[in-house]
Amino acid sequence: MSNYSSPVRDPLIEGSKSYTDITEDICGPVERAPRPLFFLALLVSGAVALMGVACILYTIWMGIGVWGEHKTIGWAWDITNFVWWVGIGHAGTLISAILLLFRQKWRTGVNRSAEAMTIFAVVCAGLFPLIHMGRIWDAMFIFPYPNSRAGEGILNLRSLWPNFHSPLLWDVFAISTYLTVSVLFWYTGLIPDMATIRDRTKGFQRRIYSALSFGWQGTARQWQRFESISLVLAGLATPLVLSVHSVVSFDFATSVIPGWHTTIFPPYFVAGAIFSGFAMVLTLMLVARKIMNLEEYITVSHVESMNKVILLTGSIVGVAYLTELFMAWYSGSTYEQAAFMYRATGPFWWSYAAMMTCNVISPQIFWIKSMRRNLTVTFIMSIFINIGMWFERFVIIATSLATDYIPSSWFYYQPTWIEIGIFIGTMGIFMTLFLLFAKFAPVVAVAEVKSILKSSGDQYLAKYEAEDRAANEPYLQGTREGSLAGLAPRHKDDQP
Amino acid sequence: MAKYNYLLGLFDDEEPLLAAVHKIRDAGLNIHDVLLPFPIHGLDDALNARETKLHNAGFLFGATGTAFALLMMSAISVFDWPNNFGGKPFFSMPSWIPITFELTVLFSAVGMTIVYYIRNGLSVFKDIEPLEPRTSSDRFAIVFDLDEYGEEADMDKISGLLTSLGALEVKTKGMSKRHPSHEEQSTRGFASGTN
Repeated sequence: MSNYSSPVRDPLIEGSKSYTDITEDICGPVERAPRPLFFLALLVSGAVALMGVACILYTIWMGIGVWGEHKTIGWAWDITNFVWWVGIGHAGTLISAILLLFRQKWRTGVNRSAEAMTIFAVVCAGLFPLIHMGRIWDAMFIFPYPNSRAGEGILNLRSLWPNFHSPLLWDVFAISTYLTVSVLFWYTGLIPDMATIRDRTKGFQRRIYSALSFGWQGTARQWQRFESISLVLAGLATPLVLSVHSVVSFDFATSVIPGWHTTIFPPYFVAGAIFSGFAMVLTLMLVARKIMNLEEYITVSHVESMNKVILLTGSIVGVAYLTELFMAWYSGSTYEQAAFMYRATGPFWWSYAAMMTCNVISPQIFWIKSMRRNLTVTFIMSIFINIGMWFERFVIIATSLATDYIPSSWFYYQPTWIEIGIFIGTMGIFMTLFLLFAKFAPVVAVAEVKSILKSSGDQYLAKYEAEDRAANEPYLQGTREGSLAGLAPRHKDDQP
Repeated sequence: MAKYNYLLGLFDDEEPLLAAVHKIRDAGLNIHDVLLPFPIHGLDDALNARETKLHNAGFLFGATGTAFALLMMSAISVFDWPNNFGGKPFFSMPSWIPITFELTVLFSAVGMTIVYYIRNGLSVFKDIEPLEPRTSSDRFAIVFDLDEYGEEADMDKISGLLTSLGALEVKTKGMSKRHPSHEEQSTRGFASGTN
């Protein structure tokens, strides 16, 4: 990365760190024994995860009749949770891939943990369509492989196949590809940092990290290939991340349900996914940076950058909500108009209100710089957005199905405790995986942070500024520019 | 004396290292390899290393994925079991775009990653003995193959040069396995050395 940094940029690494300090600060906690707080957190999240697994097993044992879904509302909490988790899984790849192509240096502080969150969120997301199938033991039927289900042998290749016109099958391919590519991208980036830990440890610990670091040596050639694969994977992941939520939105947009059948869905879903993903990254990182003493690597400037992305994507989502309402009115379609009337004023009006408040109104506070840099406000807002984005998916899914074309089929939906248990359980699974990651792997990309130290470390920025000042001061004496820059006495033209 | 011997000049930052690589090559000495804690721009030019062709693998695997996706869906939906879905043609490109795209990305990413692991000699079973453990943290090393510069006089010359170029420390390291040179890593991957 180039050493150039705009003078208006705040430092991204504080505390005058050297390369040695960066290694010690990030790898040190991995090498030491965990604190009691870690075991307590792991116990709690593990218990919640187990409760979720118990609810999933109960569902599989009894059938999905134990959920509150019925013939009118056949998609409800499960698909809401699926879309919510997939959405959360969008921030990591956005940060690591798209921001790599845009050369955003603040990415290096948060990309590693955000990518881990992506993977864990997609794992949680994938659970829901699988258990919603009902017969999870037939889940492999969704993949097109030669089979004997058509009643004939495999050899004469007469098989039962999935429907390639169906967005549900596109989703299978999109989510599996996304998970695979995210894991590859994440682990390929982790290998050099695992090698750093390997070279600092001894005995059993060294053997573990030796296996995890795949024999990395950090030669010039290895790094050259590393940069090449990072760039290409980023290039591949960029359209991929945009495609995944587009395909998820096709699940709805290609159907003929009022409120679903709209062409605005792909960009609207992608913006919403990035919005919710950044909110989840902020929720966890604000806690993690405090507990793990990473304030000098994940600075307030990082938080502000993420809040800017939240403000942008949140505003796109807000415009999309209003566009939907406008199009319902402008289309002249009675069904479309009724669907949106029921959304806002019907039996689920409270979820529509929660969505509007949390996603559109409250994030507008981030137009104010001091709010973007306020950690308490950011934390509260990130929780709000997580809630709001969950309600957005619930509003889209449940309200459209509840009041379909046939009024005699109209019905209300209430989740059962099993559904609530599974949803909370996936949060436990997510937290358990994240805690294990945070303990056993470097949560900040060590090598990447070192590569931006010269351009974004606070001591270097101060040095460059001093050099700049020394070089320009003589020429600015007595000029208007000099007085504006505070380098020279006030110029006569520059009246206060 | 170990089987393979190397001389390492350790630097504490990228700029002196880069300057040193240029000066050493100007002096006509052969650099065996450079070890770094993070990638440095300009080093490939300084070492006169050719650009990696890894991205070609990504393209070839991606093209394979595109072809595989289209052939698979054609074989299934046109030949093996044509089905009428709402009067759409059996060969219906628009519906196949998402899966074709996803498989292109999947093949390209997986294939390129496998090639990357093979070319860089990375494997979960590989336990290496680092030439200098600190090069993964805060040291930058220029490595010389002492079998090439056997004479005592050569060694003194190289150490003197490294010290004058700002190396913090110059040391020798004996290895039981050979460390392939950067040219060998570039042409034959890590297969050329057993390390």
